[in-house]
Amino acid sequence: MIIYEYLSELFGSPVLASVIQSLFPLIFLIPFALFAVWLERKVSAFMQDRIGPNRVGKHGWLQTVADILKLIQKEDITAANADKPLFNIAPVLVFAGSYLAFAAIPFSSAYIGSSIDLGLLFIVAASGFVVAGILMGGWASNNKYSLLGAVRSAAQVVSYEIPTVLVILSVVMLTGSLSLYELSEMQTSSIHNWILFGGNAPLLQKILLIPFMFIGFIILYISSLAEVNRTPFDIPEAESELVAGFHTEYSGMKFAMFFLAEYANMFAVSAIVSAIFLGGYQSPFGYLGNTLGLTWLVPIEQFLWFSAKGLFFVFVQMWLRWTLPRLRVDQLMALCWKYLIPIAFVNLLIIGLIVLIKI
Amino acid sequence: MNIYDLIFYLFAAITVFSAFAVVSSKNIIYSAYSLMLTFFGVAGLYVLLGADFLAIVQLIVYVGGILILILFGVMLTNKVNGMPIHTEVTNLIPASITIGLFAGIILAFFVNTNWKSTQTEFPNTTIVALGKLLMNEYILIFELLGVLLLIALIGAASIARKK
Repeated sequence: MIIYEYLSELFGSPVLASVIQSLFPLIFLIPFALFAVWLERKVSAFMQDRIGPNRVGKHGWLQTVADILKLIQKEDITAANADKPLFNIAPVLVFAGSYLAFAAIPFSSAYIGSSIDLGLLFIVAASGFVVAGILMGGWASNNKYSLLGAVRSAAQVVSYEIPTVLVILSVVMLTGSLSLYELSEMQTSSIHNWILFGGNAPLLQKILLIPFMFIGFIILYISSLAEVNRTPFDIPEAESELVAGFHTEYSGMKFAMFFLAEYANMFAVSAIVSAIFLGGYQSPFGYLGNTLGLTWLVPIEQFLWFSAKGLFFVFVQMWLRWTLPRLRVDQLMALCWKYLIPIAFVNLLIIGLIVLIKI
Repeated sequence: MNIYDLIFYLFAAITVFSAFAVVSSKNIIYSAYSLMLTFFGVAGLYVLLGADFLAIVQLIVYVGGILILILFGVMLTNKVNGMPIHTEVTNLIPASITIGLFAGIILAFFVNTNWKSTQTEFPNTTIVALGKLLMNEYILIFELLGVLLLIALIGAASIARKK
């Protein structure tokens, strides 16, 4: 918010300021993706009792940079029978779709791409473009593994959107706001105001709400894992059955785009989960800036808290990936339609009742 | 002409050209993806009009739901059967007569309607007013639509079910 006002004063035009401001998440994302890919390899190595990358830089921390340099130099291969225009657009569409979600994510009280009132719905809408892009890539590759992966991915994302939206609805009933910025502002700087612990509700209502908020949180986290195609829901990529799923035919920078989009998505869903339930950018206890009397320090602290929460959930995603086996297609659908959706519906009704009775 | 007019023309151009591509493309997958661009352009126009909720619901329902379903159906039938689906031009004369009549009716309404143009405050958010209207004045229609959708769901499930 402050950054936007500063930029529009600097350039004298709100449109130009919005355009420049929209590039900020990219500055955050690229180093994040480089770090997260390295972390994923290190975490998997640790879990499997290996060492992991250790040649480039200390503890191999430059390995991803080296990999990117290699990918840039690679020949850009398009399969002979692929549908060339769609094949080339697909990685861009997937990345654009996952980047779109960052427009509504509040990084700190000083920065949010767009503080629209419907941020939560907007993020749900943005995932539609990712699905369309994945289907495009899978179909244009003209490869049966790619097509199967893409179709699986679409079915999975469309199904798991329902429990996600139901949990979001139950939170909206409690807070009365769909804006992620307002949600974060509501969960002011102490841990008991987090929506996971009933938000700003009166004490008795809070105690009643806590178990159902935890159920909602777990459902949201499970379905967010499915939406980014991570293990145990990685059947769209399933390397032991589908080679690499929808991006089997991609190489070089186009493959890197898919990879970047995947990691961007991982951070986006983690950030959304933490913004909805865990206070967003708010610190669990006070701010150093407030006690020292340095108000400019507070937004920076908030940004650090926000990235720490996001990174923690990204780490949990990796942890789950290297711990759990993959679900079968029918198990995946059964989990969503027979367990998550009914539980989310009942949870929604109960939270609605608790909010209504106003103790 | 200020910058918002430029943005309007950009979205209008996206909508019109992609809608043309939907009907003129020979490849049905290209048509489906052009349809996605059309939905995107229309959503952009809604945002420019201050109808933020409508824009986002447009994206959720059409891009996230209907378009994915269309693509799903087309891709499964197109590649798996090994039969390419092509669109072609047929029934040129009846089609142009019908479309001409329809365009005439729309144009007549457009010209003859007494459009109200009052200077109002640009709405900051529409969802609160929309929710109140739906839950108070239009509650019957809202509930009936809900029941209709439920019937459609039950119908789809009973058709898909193995006998």
